[in-house]
Amino acid sequence: MHPILKLLVQRIALGLLLLLAVSAVIFLGVEALPGDTAQAILGQQATPEALANLRERMGLNEPPLTRYFQWLGGILTGDLGTALSNGADIAQSIGQRLGNTLFLAGCAAAISVPLAILLGLIAARHAGKWPDKVISGITLTTISLPEFVAAYFVIFIFTQLIPIFQPVAMVFPGMSFWAKLNAIALPVIVLVLVVLAHMMRMTRAAILNVMQSAYIETAELKGLSPMTVIWKHALPNAIAPVVSVVMLNMAYLVVGVVVVEVVFGYNALGQYLVDHVTKRDLPVVQAVGLIFAAVYIFLNMLADIIGILANPRLRHPK
Amino acid sequence: MRIPISALIGLVLTCIFLFVAIFAQWIAPYPITDVSGGQWEGPSAQFWLGTDTIGRDILSRLIYGAQITIFVALASSVLAFSLGAFLGFLAAVKGGWIDQVLSRLVDLVMAVPSLIVALVVLSVLPLNLTVLILVMGVLDSTRVFRLSRAVAVDITVMDFVEAARLRGEKGSWIIFREILPNALSPLVAEFGLRFIFAVLFISTLSFLGLGVQPPLADWGGMVKENKDGLIYGKSAALLPAAAIAALAISVNLVADWILTRTSSLKGGRGG
Amino acid sequence: MADPLLQIKGLVIEATSYPPGEAPKQVTLVHGVNLTLERGRVLGLIGESGAGKSTIGLSAMAYGRGGVRLTGGTIHLNGREIRLADAKALRALRGREVTYVSQSAAAGFNPAKQITEQVIESSLSHGLMTKPEAEARAVALFRKLGLPNPETIGKRYPHQVSGGQLQRCMTAMALCPRPDLVIFDEPTTALDVTTQIDVLAAIKEAIRDTKVAALYITHDLAVVAQVADDIMVLRHGRMVELGETGQIIHRPTQDYTRALVSVRSLEHVEKAPAPPILQVQNLTARYRGTTFDVLKNVSVDLPVGQTLAVVGESGSGKSTLARAITGLLPPSAGRIVFAGRQLSADLAGRTKDDLREIQMIYQMADTAMNPRQTVGTIIGRPLEFYFGLKGEARDKRVQELLDQIEMGKGFAGRYPAELSGGQKQRVCIARALAANPRLIICDEVTSALDPLVADGILKLLLNLQAEAGVAYLFITHDLATVRAIADKIAVMFKGAVVRYGQKTDVLTPPFDDYTDLLLSSVPEMEQGWLEQVIAHRKMESAGN
Repeated sequence: MHPILKLLVQRIALGLLLLLAVSAVIFLGVEALPGDTAQAILGQQATPEALANLRERMGLNEPPLTRYFQWLGGILTGDLGTALSNGADIAQSIGQRLGNTLFLAGCAAAISVPLAILLGLIAARHAGKWPDKVISGITLTTISLPEFVAAYFVIFIFTQLIPIFQPVAMVFPGMSFWAKLNAIALPVIVLVLVVLAHMMRMTRAAILNVMQSAYIETAELKGLSPMTVIWKHALPNAIAPVVSVVMLNMAYLVVGVVVVEVVFGYNALGQYLVDHVTKRDLPVVQAVGLIFAAVYIFLNMLADIIGILANPRLRHPK
Repeated sequence: MRIPISALIGLVLTCIFLFVAIFAQWIAPYPITDVSGGQWEGPSAQFWLGTDTIGRDILSRLIYGAQITIFVALASSVLAFSLGAFLGFLAAVKGGWIDQVLSRLVDLVMAVPSLIVALVVLSVLPLNLTVLILVMGVLDSTRVFRLSRAVAVDITVMDFVEAARLRGEKGSWIIFREILPNALSPLVAEFGLRFIFAVLFISTLSFLGLGVQPPLADWGGMVKENKDGLIYGKSAALLPAAAIAALAISVNLVADWILTRTSSLKGGRGG
Repeated sequence: MADPLLQIKGLVIEATSYPPGEAPKQVTLVHGVNLTLERGRVLGLIGESGAGKSTIGLSAMAYGRGGVRLTGGTIHLNGREIRLADAKALRALRGREVTYVSQSAAAGFNPAKQITEQVIESSLSHGLMTKPEAEARAVALFRKLGLPNPETIGKRYPHQVSGGQLQRCMTAMALCPRPDLVIFDEPTTALDVTTQIDVLAAIKEAIRDTKVAALYITHDLAVVAQVADDIMVLRHGRMVELGETGQIIHRPTQDYTRALVSVRSLEHVEKAPAPPILQVQNLTARYRGTTFDVLKNVSVDLPVGQTLAVVGESGSGKSTLARAITGLLPPSAGRIVFAGRQLSADLAGRTKDDLREIQMIYQMADTAMNPRQTVGTIIGRPLEFYFGLKGEARDKRVQELLDQIEMGKGFAGRYPAELSGGQKQRVCIARALAANPRLIICDEVTSALDPLVADGILKLLLNLQAEAGVAYLFITHDLATVRAIADKIAVMFKGAVVRYGQKTDVLTPPFDDYTDLLLSSVPEMEQGWLEQVIAHRKMESAGN
């Protein structure tokens, strides 16, 4: 087997193993914490009989391992169980909300990725000079802002100072694409702001790292033009680290989405999760938590895979 | 030694925040829960920064908020630090199965974003300060573990550590006299970054309603309480938001400076 | 008379240095150097680290590396002033009139591109030839430089060929556009000694056949004597002496040049046989998790108060032998007998006296000392640890040791970063001596140092041996060092001892093939030596 294929298989297997382990932690680890699902549903005033009854009905008397495998089996067949708080089917509730979350994150990514790479290039090209210092100073500031703080500043600016947007982001089925885009403009701006700084700083570092290599000096001493040096010598080596940076920040975006959705009352997965954490609705929290974890693990895996594929030493073994 | 102006500003601001947090009881003009004015009053001689959603003095709540925010963040980053650095050094110096078990465990926790883990865990646990500090501290200790293990591994393979081992020195001498002095400055900078992370983390949790519970309030909670005023043009929510940003930026400036100093020490003389 | 190819007058080169915690300051690297190079000539630039030789070399293409600025003087190339030329004019001459071969071809080649593509790149970008012409020329150069499979080697990626081969490829890259001048910047320094000779011979032949002019930069006078027509000796950014190669190595006029010429000519008369302090018997060892023996059945003896030199190239197992003796790598078979008692295989099983009596000195003094401890603490700790010396008694002994290593007063309070390379190594020696050892293992202790500094360290070690009667296990790849210090020699190759005995016996023919190769690869300060050696080779170099 080609060594690169072996590495890829190994990395994918590791990702799946990690996902399995995470699912076990989300289910069994949480079970092990003090707290009782039946009590959570019925409240402190529940009679012992009612509690016992509910436990029996929910299968809470079975050993945790058995229930874990039932849960896992359910997930694999698309059955995520029902919510404790309102008895709704979790899979159904998640369905469209997941779509909304991906739409929001996708729009933010579509803007922030090219912008971050462009700014990273500019900063790296002028490393140590004023464009770099300005960009670095601004990003150091935005890195220090949590998503919700950035969000309220953006809301204040765009609804009070320059009132051009709505402070809530309502989307509903049947809305036109453009109406949707208009509705999510503010949350997208916030997400872009937050992700951009991280991504741009890491892109700058990745490019600078490549530009300081001895082979770049070799290329310069061949009398090649700066564009040729960047295009033919730096870029092939910078793609892997930059793509890896992008993937890592997409994973970061996944978390940012949770808070931003709450701020703007955007009806999607993050708000659904936070809502049910407050309601202590464990089955929903476990299911949604696992989805977020899976996306995060998948993106990290993708970053590694691209890194492996782009490495010439691995692509052309001795 | 020259301190760049940006680091100096950061240092002074950080010290002011610490001072306010420590002496909140004496500085704040009103008690934290005192409803002493009308809803969302503007700044006046009586309420320098105005009043909040139910008429409490915002300045006083900001000052008490500094105390709670900084206390929780500091406690959890100290916990993260002691736990992470101890286990990280242990893994680096002992190696073998201890290293394997700890490293894989950390990989597992870090495979999921901290906020998601925290949300899952907090859906079961009771919401009080102790639980918050413990959850945040343990989650964040994984990052400290990775860093201190990496730093210690780098130092452990140096010849001077080998020379100490060949001399017959005990483990405690090697950790405290050979490794620790060389690991200190990257760790100090990391402490600053961990503290910022904890500030942002506790603020976010409180904002989501899962952190500090009313009537106590940290800055994140204050943003939550006053956020509805924003659409009526009441900017009360922006003050605690600005406080969070100012604290994080100040500490970041200091940490950034320590980091560059460390790397220039490591890299030796330039040119 | 036509203009010379390269004429440098009054060259001043400056850089900004950034000492940690202090304001940046300007340092002058080169102070008004003059240099003239005629077409087809080879000028050697020689000096120790900090002499400014690479910086001057690169100024021939008006290039300042990493913030280095060419601030004064004139540089005329082919009759044109280039120091103040604009970027476009510089691009037109770089890679066309002047090309460059760096010390590390492994770093200088782009890992993501095939070799030929990089070799012919400047010929194409300057429009000097068509692609088929350039490729044909690359193959011809590969052949001339003695690369295996010249037709196909260019299709490989840089990491797929060995270091010696890559260095030849970089030479081909420099020669491909038919430049007027090639700058060779320590092109063989990073290679193993037996490989170095082959690459050096290939470079010399290529220079001669293409009639290109060259600046050959190196710290090794014997190497440059093989390729250069003239030699310029540099020190601290100033010229010390300039002359024809024969004159420089036979009739130097300056003291500094004389010192460089006579360096590594220390001779040491071997001592009479004596009973052993250390006996290594049938030692076999491998690293954990591998299936390959890095030491194979090694047996050597080291007499009391004498020096056993263990010689070999990288990968020969010589440093592993040291690790096994110290107990860091427990051997899988064999025994180590020290002062009549068998030592425990691993470190944990050794007594404090075992540890005290065997001390170690490392190649990199920089990493061998804790940067956060003062010299006094570094030397004082063994005194405290082994002998319980404290306070004034300890300080007094530390000063005695500092005197012994010829460093005198005022050093005890300093940190390693405040010492020069040679001083650092001396402190490491003092730390070893502090334990009153009977054996010191010296692992390449002089190879990171400039030749003159290294000579000083060797003399110090010999004096200390005469005074204290300590034995040395001296690990090195450098045969000149061996001649200077050894009483006995063990030659190692691929984990085994291939030749072993008293120094005179080992260095007297008849030789086995490997020892012959190794001995013949040590550059001698004699013109024409290279050709003789290549003509009489019995064996291909090991690392090629």
